[in-house]
Amino acid sequence: MDKIAIVGASQTKYERRKKGEIFYDMIYEVTTKAMEDADYTLEDIDNVITVSNDFLDGRTISCMAVQEAAGAHDKNVSTIEGDGAFGAFYGAMRVLGGFGTTLVVAHSKGSEGDPKIITNAMFDPIYHRLLGLDAISSSALQASVYMERYGITEQQCALVSVKNHKNAKNNPYAQLPMDITVDDVMRSKKIADPIKLLDCSPISDGAAAIIIANEKRAKKARTKPIWIKGVAHCSDAYFLGDRDLADPISLKDASKKAYAMAGIKDPMSEIDVVELYDAFTYMEPLWLEGMGICDAGQGGQLIEKGITVMDGKLPVNPSGGVLSAHPVLVAGLVRIIEAALQIRGEAGDHQIKGAKTALAHGINGPCGQSHCVWILGSK
Amino acid sequence: MARRVAIVGTGQTYHKSHRLDVNGRELINEAVTRALADCELSIADIDAIIIGNMDHFESINYVDTWSVEGSGGYMKPIMKVTTGGTTGSSVAIAGYYHVASGLFDKVLAIGWEKNSESDTTAAIVTCSDPIWDRFSYSGAIPSLATEASAYMEQYGATQEDAARVAVRERTHALNNPYAQMYNRPITIKDVMESPMLAYPIKLLDVCPRTDGACAVVFAAEGVAEKIAVRPAWVKSCSVRHTTTWFGDVDYNTGMLSLKRASKEAFEKAGIKDPVEEIDVAELYLPYSYAGLKWIEAIGFCGPGEGPKFIWDGNTDMGGKLPINPSGGVMCTNCIGATALLRVAEAAIQIMGKGEARQVPDVTNAMATGFGGCWWSDVVILGKDKPN
Amino acid sequence: MSEWLQDVKDLTLKGQIKVPYTWSVGEVGSRFLVALRDEKKIIGNRCKNCSTVYVPPRKNCGRCFKDIDEWVELGSKGIVTAYTIVRYDYPLQPTKAPFAYAIIKLDGADVGFVHIIKEGLDKLKMGTRVRASFKEDRKGNILDIDSFTII
Repeated sequence: MDKIAIVGASQTKYERRKKGEIFYDMIYEVTTKAMEDADYTLEDIDNVITVSNDFLDGRTISCMAVQEAAGAHDKNVSTIEGDGAFGAFYGAMRVLGGFGTTLVVAHSKGSEGDPKIITNAMFDPIYHRLLGLDAISSSALQASVYMERYGITEQQCALVSVKNHKNAKNNPYAQLPMDITVDDVMRSKKIADPIKLLDCSPISDGAAAIIIANEKRAKKARTKPIWIKGVAHCSDAYFLGDRDLADPISLKDASKKAYAMAGIKDPMSEIDVVELYDAFTYMEPLWLEGMGICDAGQGGQLIEKGITVMDGKLPVNPSGGVLSAHPVLVAGLVRIIEAALQIRGEAGDHQIKGAKTALAHGINGPCGQSHCVWILGSK
Repeated sequence: MARRVAIVGTGQTYHKSHRLDVNGRELINEAVTRALADCELSIADIDAIIIGNMDHFESINYVDTWSVEGSGGYMKPIMKVTTGGTTGSSVAIAGYYHVASGLFDKVLAIGWEKNSESDTTAAIVTCSDPIWDRFSYSGAIPSLATEASAYMEQYGATQEDAARVAVRERTHALNNPYAQMYNRPITIKDVMESPMLAYPIKLLDVCPRTDGACAVVFAAEGVAEKIAVRPAWVKSCSVRHTTTWFGDVDYNTGMLSLKRASKEAFEKAGIKDPVEEIDVAELYLPYSYAGLKWIEAIGFCGPGEGPKFIWDGNTDMGGKLPINPSGGVMCTNCIGATALLRVAEAAIQIMGKGEARQVPDVTNAMATGFGGCWWSDVVILGKDKPN
Repeated sequence: MSEWLQDVKDLTLKGQIKVPYTWSVGEVGSRFLVALRDEKKIIGNRCKNCSTVYVPPRKNCGRCFKDIDEWVELGSKGIVTAYTIVRYDYPLQPTKAPFAYAIIKLDGADVGFVHIIKEGLDKLKMGTRVRASFKEDRKGNILDIDSFTII
């Protein structure tokens, strides 16, 4: 793979409801800020990828709302519908495929739609939709299989919530910085067993943008280039009953490919920080297992031993993660941005000292059916 | 360095207004199976998949993950591209970049729609801005009618001129057994007598709604030559999706997005005189008037010369520049697949697999996509490897 | 957000996408749903290539990517392999909370079948045996199975 890098990044503050900005405004804000970050002008943007979803936006051809706001006037542009980590991957392919730079933007406003109806629409209209499944209840099914099989406890999952909301206190963009205890999580409202309120990510509004450049164009940017060392995605089967929900095989496959590209043999010792898609607490240990950070079933202990806290051996979600702000679609792009900021040394109060290699991760579909894994590096 | 990329196989369903015998995944599977058979590959040979449709036509959120059983995406990289009417060409272009990036050697691009499953207009009106346009100016026909009447006023084009385009499409579809309007020829009189929808657009001036799917296999240089006897090389692709609000479109000045995308695509492909160098075009013409005006934007003829160019027979089979040998969008319109069908049909012409609809000696073929808020995509394919 | 907006009445626009849908079930799915409706039977099908018995049945095996043509009649009993007790009510749901979603491995099937359990939630465990209970008035959809009951 030719050398390509992230040279610009920006995000909005994530909020429960953004009253003052429409999609167009949020995208204009992050586009402008990403260009400022890179010290690029619009002429430096060769092409644009927007990320949006017609269900979330309540609009067919949702990308129509933001094309000009993303600086795509009279430029080549396309749209990925799915998590921003996937959108960014297509943006990266377009740089490898001939453009000098790609701007990738993503937006969503969870506040404007009905997340239960929207996520119910992920389920097959013939066999599953009438059952009323949504993101929470389906994820609860996955949590039940995973926790039962390996004896992962609700307390271990609660620790993820405690850690990530605490980390969010150091991230000015996060929506839910909180000091909470395991007890608070355990006593929070039962939603769908074993998932309780404080095991869930919030509903959020926000947008984010990155600029990816080839080696030549990266030199023009103000920022230290954050090199894309490896990236891969993969999908599991669709029907929940067809999958082993406790074995994220598609994540394993994507991780393996991304590591191979990046030359990573032992992820635990070679990766300095992980930003992963923790829509629910149980996902953090489960995805860490899928990424090969620990063995199957060891994710709970990894968390219990404090390995994933800010000053642990492998900090996970120093930003506060998706648990602390969950703008759907944007969230995977945010993981990439946060990973890049860590390597730049610009993560502010949630900086992991000396981070040189970072993993960022996004998911699509029910219960993490499809995963996209990114390895970013300083060299 | 970007790699050279070629189309090595295509597959499509037999298009019908209603395919009640299959669900969406099964429809997709038909096109994928045919595309793989066309290039004698198995699903195991495919390194990545791109799929596209328009969400609200079937109400499936995350079509990429929902479809894997039909698309072959189990334990493969798959992502979804969607841009409205241009979805199919956006999917094709994504197929191109997947391979050009050097990350994937053989990639499957899928476009599909089961328009029978919803009320197409009820879904499409929601593309308009909910605050500004949705109550007043939405759906496909109002803005197309605005363009058509402005064009007639400006150049004195007539309804009969447009009808001539509609007749051409149906006549060409006589050669394409996959077309929904296969074996359903019409006359200018039929078009003129069909019910008026919004002046000057009549029922036979517009595209139908279709259930169908299309799949195209892209492969890298070095691989493509081994798969296909005559791969269809991607010489260039160009996209303009500029406008956001329908009110911002200037209906009097040509089709700006198509003009700009064509210009860039021709430049990248090294084409200086399109009407001479393009041998066949599969254009996304959603209604007959586009067949007059948009060929001017592409540069096949000058402003206002569209009607004469058409009446002179240039765009008929056997003419100087046959347009839509497949019958085009007015004969088959499974929306998410529509623009991919243009690319597939252009590739078929290069590969010499057009059977009754084959245009002889095709060196360069052009495909376009149209959608969104007057957006255009252009793909140029060639028999010879691009420089 | 500017100061100005903080003082004005919150301007929003309410809307709903109102699109009616008619999903094609397809030939294979129709056979499954007709069997539910007319015979109170759950049928699946077997991929000749990998021997997996699927329920609901599929036209093609997603893993082998080959058509499936062997039908298998499954019992209406099976074991729970995943479950969650849902504590919130929502209009999309077919019954009032609390109820459970469960993935059930039906006897003779190789994949799980997702449905609901309404009664005996306190007895529900992994491995609990359950049986499909059918509605009286069946319409040819997945809710012709009213729910699964603990045996």
